[in-house]
Amino acid sequence: MIRDTTIGAKLWAAAVWATVGFFILNLLAMIATVVTSSFATRWLGTWLPAGWTTRWYTSAWSEFQLWDVLIVTFQVIGAVVFISGALGVTAAYALARRDFPGKRLLVLLFLLPLLIPPMTFGIPLATVLYQTGLAGTFWGVVAANLVPTVPFVILVMIPFIEQIDPKVEAAARVFGANTFKLFIYVLLPLLLPGILAALLLVLVRTIAMFELTFLVAGPTSQTLVVALYYAVFAAGVRAVQSIDAMAVIYMVTTLIWLIIALRFVNPTQIVTRAKQQPAH
Amino acid sequence: MDAVAHAPAIEHGPSLRQRLAARGFDAVTLLVIPAAIFSLLLFVYPFAFGFVLSFEPKAGGDWLANYRRFFSDPFLYETIAKTLWLAIPVTLVNLLLAIPIAFRVRLMRNQRLLTTLLVLPITLGTVLVAEGLLNYLGPQGWFNRTLMTFGLISQPLKLVHNYWGVFASLVITGFPFTFLLTLSYVTGIDPALEQAAATLGASAWQRFRHVYLPLLMPGLAITFCLSFVQAFSVFPSAVLLGEPAGPTRVISIAAAQAAFEEYDYSMGSAIAMIMGFVQLGIVVAVLASRGLFYRGPASGAKG
Repeated sequence: MIRDTTIGAKLWAAAVWATVGFFILNLLAMIATVVTSSFATRWLGTWLPAGWTTRWYTSAWSEFQLWDVLIVTFQVIGAVVFISGALGVTAAYALARRDFPGKRLLVLLFLLPLLIPPMTFGIPLATVLYQTGLAGTFWGVVAANLVPTVPFVILVMIPFIEQIDPKVEAAARVFGANTFKLFIYVLLPLLLPGILAALLLVLVRTIAMFELTFLVAGPTSQTLVVALYYAVFAAGVRAVQSIDAMAVIYMVTTLIWLIIALRFVNPTQIVTRAKQQPAH
Repeated sequence: MDAVAHAPAIEHGPSLRQRLAARGFDAVTLLVIPAAIFSLLLFVYPFAFGFVLSFEPKAGGDWLANYRRFFSDPFLYETIAKTLWLAIPVTLVNLLLAIPIAFRVRLMRNQRLLTTLLVLPITLGTVLVAEGLLNYLGPQGWFNRTLMTFGLISQPLKLVHNYWGVFASLVITGFPFTFLLTLSYVTGIDPALEQAAATLGASAWQRFRHVYLPLLMPGLAITFCLSFVQAFSVFPSAVLLGEPAGPTRVISIAAAQAAFEEYDYSMGSAIAMIMGFVQLGIVVAVLASRGLFYRGPASGAKG
């Protein structure tokens, strides 16, 4: 490794770390503000609130009907995870194992929903879903959320499947395994770590997916993040602390899954799709 | 000998199935069909439908009426400039911050804690960041309070419900995204190249300017494009943290209002198409300028 020992280099390094520190400090302070406010009795014009209480949680829970919202949220996420896993893994297997004319076009087709922001394709998609009557229903929300997650699973799984030696499958065939047995006893155990990682990433992304759910959700098919948006949007109607309590409930739901996901995946995978190359 | 010469398989050639398999079409290839149909139905078809619908104005008139209305109404066409005025500075700030930090972090042995912290705002999402910043940057928030305690300002700065609130939220959610992409490109360059330059006496700035930057340029162009399209489609924070009727009336607000408040799906689709074309235009311009830079291997192998 190259070591720069000039004063300029040291100052530069210090400036860079100071920027990182400033960013993270503000980020954590922002989160701490929400948490503090949710436990505050009255908080006006002081560093810390006048007193502490947990009653905002019970009032937020009943005011925003969080129990129903949470049930819908997990039903949507469960359906999205299951369907995107089933569609994504099979397609990724075909794309990883076979070379056929038009494959590049197909990969581009799967890449586009990840590159185009949800707001751009969400409006025409919501229009179509409204015209077919799916919008506002549970399955409309699931369908909209699947648009970016199916390609995401495909693109995460392709490199993972490519690294599994096809000779293993050939050997299983030689010993008389049919397709079903090959899948259950050979492929699934080998693919399981990759599938788990991909689906956890889908889960974390779907909880926070605001735009698509917002555009197609109806009153009974809102997920937690959309309910939070409407609560903040109508701020003034409810106490700030109540909205903050809801935000904390949302944060906890997201962070539990993030912590579980981080046990299996590299944090950079949440942003970049493929596995990162190990640095030399 | 006779048996081989008269084998029917050779006279008729391989069967259709064998010929397809040789080109890569067999039962395994068919597994791609469900996902492809799904993508066609829910991604390609809505886009095509929206494109056609945008030429069929709800209020009647000729096929270009929606687009003519967009470009003649300042309340509508100014959204493009307003959105660009947010998205381009934010993307540049994020990228210019990300490059030096990525170069520093690349030398770290344990990057996991830092990357985990940076993934937090992406995972929490724009709505939560907007809600948090409303409190944190508000006139009574800790940010203004700290600045006032240090005597840097005498009046609280107005940082929410205006341009700067949206700017801050786009930095908080956009910087980690830009940084992690940049980091993956920076770590993909073989450090042996830099060591060779250092051996030959290049200073830190020269190594960056003449070794890393040319190799990094294609990656930075892609990072810019991805960060830009994310910032360009900003929606929740522009509503919650900005002035959705004034300086931060971005194009996605105009599109969502047209489609879901005025129930003019045709106009909404037209605005969404304009949004897509502006994004596409900037992305094509950036990627085309990529051709001006070095393209080639970024590894230190011989040859």
